[in-house]
Amino acid sequence: MNVLLDNLDLYGRAFLGTIELFLVAAVGSLVLGAIVAAMRVSPVPILRTFGMLYVNLIRNTPLTLVLFFFAFAYPRLEIVDLSFFTRACIGLILYTAAFVCEVLRSGINTVPVGQAEASRALGFGFNQTLTTIVMPQAVRAVVPPLTNVQIALLKNTTIASGFSVFQAGGIYQELSENGYNVLVGLLWIALGFLILVVPLTLLQRNLDRRWSVAT
Amino acid sequence: MVRMSAVEKHFGDLHVLRTINLEVASGQVVVVLGPSGSGKSTLCRTINRLEPIDSGVIEVDGKVLPAEGRELARLRADVGMVFQSFNLFAHKTILENVALAPIKVRKTPKAEAEKRGMELLERVGIANQRDKYPAQLSGGQQQRAAIARALAMRPKVMLFDEPTSALDPEMVNEVLDVMTGLAKEGMTMLVVTHEMGFARRAAHRVIFMSDGEIVEDSTPDSFFTAPKSDRAKDFLGKILTH
Repeated sequence: MNVLLDNLDLYGRAFLGTIELFLVAAVGSLVLGAIVAAMRVSPVPILRTFGMLYVNLIRNTPLTLVLFFFAFAYPRLEIVDLSFFTRACIGLILYTAAFVCEVLRSGINTVPVGQAEASRALGFGFNQTLTTIVMPQAVRAVVPPLTNVQIALLKNTTIASGFSVFQAGGIYQELSENGYNVLVGLLWIALGFLILVVPLTLLQRNLDRRWSVAT
Repeated sequence: MVRMSAVEKHFGDLHVLRTINLEVASGQVVVVLGPSGSGKSTLCRTINRLEPIDSGVIEVDGKVLPAEGRELARLRADVGMVFQSFNLFAHKTILENVALAPIKVRKTPKAEAEKRGMELLERVGIANQRDKYPAQLSGGQQQRAAIARALAMRPKVMLFDEPTSALDPEMVNEVLDVMTGLAKEGMTMLVVTHEMGFARRAAHRVIFMSDGEIVEDSTPDSFFTAPKSDRAKDFLGKILTH
């Protein structure tokens, strides 16, 4: 208990860092994932190919490698100077978006073709059909796997330690420097993550229940 | 209103439309009959380019059907379509289904679109279902909602692709009544169906298709009483004696 109470400030700051990283990366990955999914189902061959390459390249690269690229290789490219936090977010967004895209695409496949046909027959364009008819129904079908991806993202934020972005994954270093029992310290971190996942699970349950009535 | 000349289409090796020439005048109600696999649904779906064609020309209201893109979307907005499987938007209420396209495509103000939507639901007899979702309605009610949805765009022509084939028998008439009403009001209609009663009652003209060809093109009376081709006689023999 002392490990936690003595270092409450440390834990607080660290988990705040985790939450910040997660929120930015969650929103970013959902948006980018939706865009890439739209590319993969679009009638334009170049966009489809780009989407396919993106997903297969990023999905098959270890996250550590993606983040290391942004931590160490990106600054050498001397494009735009970005903070560690921003670079960590970009890495997490690019990586997670590939998974979001595939989940959304499997959702799109559950929407009957007739829905898109009816929408096109009424004069909707491709974008309108996708955003107002197909996507909303696709998302409903994939709430549980989409939540999985976001929970994985939450835990993946710990890899951002390599960036000097201070978050929960970095707590143990400071604990061990100050001579605390690291094992106990880690258990508290694990508990912290369990608590962070609760709102996501509740959100999933809520959305599942609300949308099951509609269809 | 609709003109097809020398239209050809293949599905792989299958020649589904063979040199189709067809002209539907404004206000005319044309019923397309034929055995399954004869290409009648495909014919219907080529008119708003849900099925692209290999060659030939299709004109709607004097304009050649454009290729995919904004122009095509604009033309589709003027061509109402009713599907065999209704295809109401599953995540929208009945009123939203009817008002959505006018709001998004025609940029009609929401209040106005909903007012007109209610009038149309009233007319097809399901105004009291306005806040329900499609899955909560019977097949007949869903198909009537789908007709209202198409009418909300004030189409110049209506295409019906086997509108009663997915319905329980007791619900067929409620849908046909709505369609008969439309025909009486002078709507230009192309109806693919197996409902011979509707063809006799409401059609100005019957087209009989077989193996991707238009085999007969005549008035309902002469088609049903004196079919000219053997294929039509065979077809009528099968459906009228069961």
